[in-house]
Amino acid sequence: MTELFQQVVEGVGSGAVYASLALALVLIHRFTGIVNFAQGELAMISTYVAWQLVASGMSFWLALPVTLAVSFAGGMLVERIVIRPVQNAPELTTVIVTVGLFIFVNAMAGLIWSFTVKDFPQPFPDGGIDLAGVRVDWSTLGIIAVVAVVMGLLYLLFQHTSSGLVMRAVACNPASARLSGIRVGRVLMLGWGLAATVGAVSGVLVAPLLFLEPNMMGGVLIYAFAAATLGGFDSPVGAVVGGLCVGVAETLAGAYVDVVGADLKVGVPLVIILAVLLVRPQGLFGRAAVERA
Amino acid sequence: MSTIVATLGTDRARRLRAALTTLLVAAVAVSAPFYFAPFQVFQLTMVLLYAVALAGLNLLVGFGGQISLGHGAFFAAGAYTAAVMLDRYDTGHLATLPVAAAGCFLLGLGFGVPALRLRGLYLALVTLAFAVFLPPLLKRLEPVTGGSMGLTVDKLQPPAWSGMAEDQWTYFVVLAVTAVSLLLARNLLRSRVGRALLAVRDNESAAEVMGVRLSLHKTLAFAWSALFAGVAGCVYTWVIGFVSPDSFSFVLSITLLAGLVVGGLASLYGPLLGAAFVMYVPSVAQDISEAAPGVVFGLLIIAVMFVAPTGLAGLAGRVRGTAARRLIRTTTPAADDDRPSGSEPSAPPTPADPAAVDAEPVGAPPRPEKE
Repeated sequence: MTELFQQVVEGVGSGAVYASLALALVLIHRFTGIVNFAQGELAMISTYVAWQLVASGMSFWLALPVTLAVSFAGGMLVERIVIRPVQNAPELTTVIVTVGLFIFVNAMAGLIWSFTVKDFPQPFPDGGIDLAGVRVDWSTLGIIAVVAVVMGLLYLLFQHTSSGLVMRAVACNPASARLSGIRVGRVLMLGWGLAATVGAVSGVLVAPLLFLEPNMMGGVLIYAFAAATLGGFDSPVGAVVGGLCVGVAETLAGAYVDVVGADLKVGVPLVIILAVLLVRPQGLFGRAAVERA
Repeated sequence: MSTIVATLGTDRARRLRAALTTLLVAAVAVSAPFYFAPFQVFQLTMVLLYAVALAGLNLLVGFGGQISLGHGAFFAAGAYTAAVMLDRYDTGHLATLPVAAAGCFLLGLGFGVPALRLRGLYLALVTLAFAVFLPPLLKRLEPVTGGSMGLTVDKLQPPAWSGMAEDQWTYFVVLAVTAVSLLLARNLLRSRVGRALLAVRDNESAAEVMGVRLSLHKTLAFAWSALFAGVAGCVYTWVIGFVSPDSFSFVLSITLLAGLVVGGLASLYGPLLGAAFVMYVPSVAQDISEAAPGVVFGLLIIAVMFVAPTGLAGLAGRVRGTAARRLIRTTTPAADDDRPSGSEPSAPPTPADPAAVDAEPVGAPPRPEKE
């Protein structure tokens, strides 16, 4: 039984990372209706920025806000330069553009920082606490705490500030928002900036566990997709719940289902995505889209 | 009357030109292996092989309007089918082709059923997840697939009567397979299946009302597309003589899609251009740095989507179309005003290139948002 709880705790730890990347995906999907295949790569390059800052002698806790600010600006730039021109294009075009962005960002990271694996500093202290036989590492607790803080800040931003209200208005109905005097373009840029920031958090959190290299986020992205699908692509709460579920499901399947084992764990998100889309396509917390043909 | 005669004349001229072009291309294709060094012949062989896979992907993405980020998986399935047959059962190369084709057709059919309920983004997600899942699965099935070590099998050997070197013989075999495949893809598009596919892509509801069975044709699109990818994979095994899970990572799937987009979606010869792109750009850019192919690929994909959604294949037609429009505007400035109000002012005067016309609904010009 203790072992089961141990696995669950580890699952929650990795699930929190998936949740934050899924949160970034959901933010962008709510604002622009685009699923950003390059989200993981944007997070990866943010992590490289953090690594570069730390490597040049900055302390981690100072490098973090700088990285987040850079990511925010980067996300806004990406929206303005890459996404805006295809904003109203068919889905196929936007998917291909984000896939192109994925390839480009991935290769740029390789070009600048090479493909060799880098050691990313662990921001949290070693060791952990013992809860009735279940060992919880400080790093796991730290990851969960950071994701919770990010969630809380986003909630405050969206529900209790005027810019949050504006952003919700744009996400809800861009045309009406524009008519009531909101600069929709700027809000969309803001949305992408926020998403890139949240993604950067997930990158920085996962880097000490996975080691930093340009393809680091490829696997995480698939789990984040599963998390966002499970929670519903338009629900931030769903993304977090979905992320935790996916993390726990992955760890448990890896530990207790012999067929899956450690190597086939990446099949878990595939099964989750397929099952959710076939049974409840809008996800657990999403609204079913009603469409007029 | 005179206009009809004129049309007939241009039609005949066009046919003649097409025949001459085909003849010329065939002559170049047949003589190429006797002029180039073995390595260059090998590269050409790979271009032909990728063209088959891209033609399949084109059926699904370009003509069917469904997104697949997992076509490398079908390619891998075809390659492994051939490798396992050669390795275990020693069946000879030719026997592997129909099996790989049929197997992938069925696999595509199976995959097409869940794909029916998934549209656009979600289909892209599922296919991507599948492509990521495949390499570890291949490693796990070690008794059959040889695990992460892969399988080494015999390459094609030239028969004694041909008097050709190995690379030349391989080239001709692949050329034959590619020619037949591309012809098949072309004829498929001009058949009932192809017309139904286009109708579904352009407007599902309208197609359904006209009596097209959506589920059947969308599933079939997946199946046919998988078949071509499987054939390409099978031929890949013949050419390379080695398969391993890491050759078929999801990067392959993304590269295939990238090649198709750059070559030209929904164009008949776009796959060939895209295949050349997939083969030569990395090998040229690789000299600069390991990451350079990715940078070039990524930038080109985005640039193509922005400025030339019909890809390289559609570029000529687009340029010609724009030039024709300009010409008409400058020569008959009054014509625009006399037009009946119902006609579309921006419609090009004549379809300059069938490829460009076919491709129009896929990429931009960005449509106005539906309210």
